[in-house]
Amino acid sequence: MADKRDIFNTRIWDEVPEADNPFAAAASFCHGYDVYGDLLGKASWIEYLYLLFLGERPSSQQAALLEGLAVALANPGIRDHSVHAAMNGGVGGSTSASCLMAALAVGAGQLGGAHEIYRAMEYWNSCGRDIKTWEHLLRNPPQEERIDIWLPMEHAPGFDPHGASCSTPVRQTLTYLSAQSPGPHLPWLSAQRVLLESITGSPLAMSGVAAAAFHDLKLSAEQGEMLYLLLRLPGAAVHALEQKDYGWRRFPFFTNALHLENDPGPVVAPDKETSDAK
Amino acid sequence: MSGPEKLLETEGRWSTTMGASFPGERVVFRGKDLFHDLGSLSWMQLYLYGITGRIFGEHQSKLFEGIWVLSTSYPDPRLWNNRIASLAGTARSTGSLGVSAAMAVSDASIYGGRPEIRAMNFLLRAQKSLDAGKTLVDIIESELAKYRNIYGYGRPIINVDERIGPLHTMAKELGLADGPYVKLAFTIEETLLANRWRMHMNVASLIAAIAADQDLTERQFYLYMLPTFIGGIVPCFSEANERGEGTFLPIRCDQLAYAGPGKRQW
Repeated sequence: MADKRDIFNTRIWDEVPEADNPFAAAASFCHGYDVYGDLLGKASWIEYLYLLFLGERPSSQQAALLEGLAVALANPGIRDHSVHAAMNGGVGGSTSASCLMAALAVGAGQLGGAHEIYRAMEYWNSCGRDIKTWEHLLRNPPQEERIDIWLPMEHAPGFDPHGASCSTPVRQTLTYLSAQSPGPHLPWLSAQRVLLESITGSPLAMSGVAAAAFHDLKLSAEQGEMLYLLLRLPGAAVHALEQKDYGWRRFPFFTNALHLENDPGPVVAPDKETSDAK
Repeated sequence: MSGPEKLLETEGRWSTTMGASFPGERVVFRGKDLFHDLGSLSWMQLYLYGITGRIFGEHQSKLFEGIWVLSTSYPDPRLWNNRIASLAGTARSTGSLGVSAAMAVSDASIYGGRPEIRAMNFLLRAQKSLDAGKTLVDIIESELAKYRNIYGYGRPIINVDERIGPLHTMAKELGLADGPYVKLAFTIEETLLANRWRMHMNVASLIAAIAADQDLTERQFYLYMLPTFIGGIVPCFSEANERGEGTFLPIRCDQLAYAGPGKRQW
């Protein structure tokens, strides 16, 4: 046993050990609430999620907003890059965790993924509800002199570079969440959407709605990025399991999609070459 | 307004120069037949060919492999990325999950991926500024004023990096230590030490300089470095996986130093 034990500093979680085992918790407290002795059965999953991230119980409006957002994000659908990645795990019989890791890795990106949320929330932090600041930033996006592990953004964060118009689900989600939101940003986005789209030349994307919702929930950009990763996992999970069940024979291989530009062709054995020459 | 034109262009069609498999017959790997043209390459040569499209010579390949050896994650399970592998081992996860999570975590800000790519980036930018007539002192002052640090120089815990000596010796033995970026990396260190900054070079700068002298781009360098830490990560997984389950550094309830709100009712 160590003379001086290392400690973990936390403002979130506290535990009281069982009398017979210092490694087993008799009670666990989340931001002061007794999780198994009080909170369980009283708090909804969404309320608990809010408490974990923000440290306080949500108001009914905040809980409704997070609940709505969680439903909107839970399954991005089979065509989404992150879900497609998870299905590639499932179809090959990979471990469940690897399917979700695949969804996280792909869904972490800057096109519809969690790092786009981070970038979009940085924009919200800089611009708030000032349309002139938004216009200036969107027309003059920040250029980082130093290279990074992330590529520079290739489109306005929160907008769909391949969209022809704002998709129906995005508009439906924005309308619904704006009505639930306690904060001013979702309604503002709803009112300014068309103008912002004309500035970016691209329609608002679901990531843009999510970023505004997280901003209204007063999450930091890093918290928004993390929660977005988490909230999109259910769809990845069930579609990975579904494709595992269907099996690889029924999963698209894109057999005819690959066009090899520099195929050297089959190697001809020397004796074959000689006989052909004859 | 944008539209799906770019998606329509690539729908059901992905042109590639990277490769394809012809099951039961052959594999094309960046324009070459894997078994016929590339089968005798070392793993390092193949890996670098995959990244750059260039087949590196024996000395270069040895140098790049030596970098992996000398700058791998030390197999110390207290280190953050290694500890993930140890935790996976003790929690009876799989090797692949533990090791790949530890690798992913190595894309860190205070070690690993970000400092490495930025170390090369600084050397390239510094050379460009020198070519434009600036002095090293100006370049360093400007970098520190803007970012408060210089990737590739200084080290969080101990200022001297024990890996630099052996790596530089190896590069010299292979005749690959005299490139312009290696010289620049040392000149920057001399400038830092001769002035008021007192920062030594760390190994990221020397590795980045060596890679730059071999004409790797920053992104190619980043990809080359990805597997480096595996060397130290895997032993951590193995040991914890072979010991009793859950026995890797168990934590008591009272090791949590809670500083949040007091107890309250929901």
